[in-house]
Amino acid sequence: MSSDDIYILGIHMTKFGKHPDSDVVDLGAEAAMAALADAGVTMADMGILAAGNLMNASAGFGQQLQKQIGQTGIPVFNVANACATGATALRTAIMAIKAGECDMGLAVGVEKLAGAGLLGGGGGGGKSDEHKWEPSGRFGAVAGVDGRIGTAAMPGTFAQVGMEYLHENDYSGEAFELFARISVKNHKHSTLNPLAAYTKEMSLEQVMGDVMIAYPNTRPMCSANCDGGAAAVVVSGAKLKTLSKEQQRRAVKVSASVLTSDPWQEACQVLPDVNTLTRMAAEQAYEQAGVSPEDLDLVELHDCFATAELVHYDNLMLCEPGGAVDLFESGATWRDGSTPVNVSGGLESKGHPISATGIANIWEVCHHLRGEAGDRQIEGAKVGLAHVIGLGSACGVHILESSAA
Amino acid sequence: MATKTQIPIVDYLVLGDDPHLEATECTSCGARYFDRRNACASCFGTDFTTVDVPTEGTLRSFTIVTFAAPGVPVPFVAGIVDAGGTSVRTNIINVEPDDEHVKLGMPVRLATYSLGTDDDGVEAIGFGYEPC
Ligand SMILES: [Zn+2]
Repeated sequence: MSSDDIYILGIHMTKFGKHPDSDVVDLGAEAAMAALADAGVTMADMGILAAGNLMNASAGFGQQLQKQIGQTGIPVFNVANACATGATALRTAIMAIKAGECDMGLAVGVEKLAGAGLLGGGGGGGKSDEHKWEPSGRFGAVAGVDGRIGTAAMPGTFAQVGMEYLHENDYSGEAFELFARISVKNHKHSTLNPLAAYTKEMSLEQVMGDVMIAYPNTRPMCSANCDGGAAAVVVSGAKLKTLSKEQQRRAVKVSASVLTSDPWQEACQVLPDVNTLTRMAAEQAYEQAGVSPEDLDLVELHDCFATAELVHYDNLMLCEPGGAVDLFESGATWRDGSTPVNVSGGLESKGHPISATGIANIWEVCHHLRGEAGDRQIEGAKVGLAHVIGLGSACGVHILESSAA
Repeated sequence: MATKTQIPIVDYLVLGDDPHLEATECTSCGARYFDRRNACASCFGTDFTTVDVPTEGTLRSFTIVTFAAPGVPVPFVAGIVDAGGTSVRTNIINVEPDDEHVKLGMPVRLATYSLGTDDDGVEAIGFGYEPC
């Protein structure tokens, strides 16, 4: 191993689902302490804490967490970056180590969302029930614009992302059924993941027959709001050399760690562009890691909606440009295919406790690279990629490799 | 003195005999915005001019929203229209909200409708795009 490399030394995700008896600090503490135990280190070894809890982004979650698990005076970075918050926390800890400020760090993401409804949209402009039409906001709106001038809510936004891809690539099949079959895949995968919020197989008829949220996404095609936490301990290669053979063996190399934001595109003011920044992040990550998409043994990508999974096949270059539908139809992204995608069940069934997601997807990849994934182990997995998108937008891509030690 | 009897739902909708949308265009690179920008997000230029957006276009993407925030009537069709190279966020109106009637790539045109009248007798006017 190279001294300049960065490794995941320990990592953990809690069960995703309902945790009525735990608050966010409890869940964060559970994830953090388990990650420290997995790493075989303590808070005394940590040189930085990066923490995210998006729903209470101003509450100083990192310091609250320290009071539960150990206050050592280290710098805390409370981060918020939409659904990429967890990946941003991890990226922050990695940057601190790369900068030489410390040799070990802890990243934690946690969210309590069970029972939460629709996220995004709903606001904007004045109130429709006022007796006087008065312009307000950046568009001088006299009434709420969501529902009157398109939609900014998550399900409709990502529905349009998927439909736009089909339009650009002259798809002539049944859009609804295509996207529903992606969801069938992920729900089938989830049956092997005991930590997933939902672990039920669903037939195509069940997925298509469920409650429509925003065509073509029905409820099981949307990410599941739930509670959960995830945490990772990262370490420099130089420090890892001083640790035990067992710690070195289980360490997972972070071959690439990339965070991007959305560059300007013609239509980005009316429909968030989740494509360009993902493609940029993927290109940088493959370059950093010196691997190509064909080298990936598994991919955890941000299927916040079934419509999103399709476009990210293309954005992550798992297929030729425009070839996402063909890739899916080939069966390649099923767990027995050539590029298994979301063998955890994905956000649609594993769940999406926002700030935890960007670390939980890395936990999933690490689990396989360490050969510890049990029934859902992808045999011989050596290289994996984890991707998240936070709308607005932020994209995190990490490429991970099993340790050669 | 004549009182104002109509007001657009947003200030980039221009009413009158020929209702249309207008955009702020960067004089350096041509990037268009429906809100104000301190500098162009594309080229950082600071000179802008106002341009009319074509009233006809094609439907580049859509969704049919059946579950929305409280107070938002459903179902409605939300879409992205390519109006002569300017992308517009809009509802697709005067159409059955199903995938038999709403098709990717279909030609659409701007239409306006009343949102109601306030206590001062001012009528708010909304817009959408309809099949043509
Ligand atoms: Zn410009």
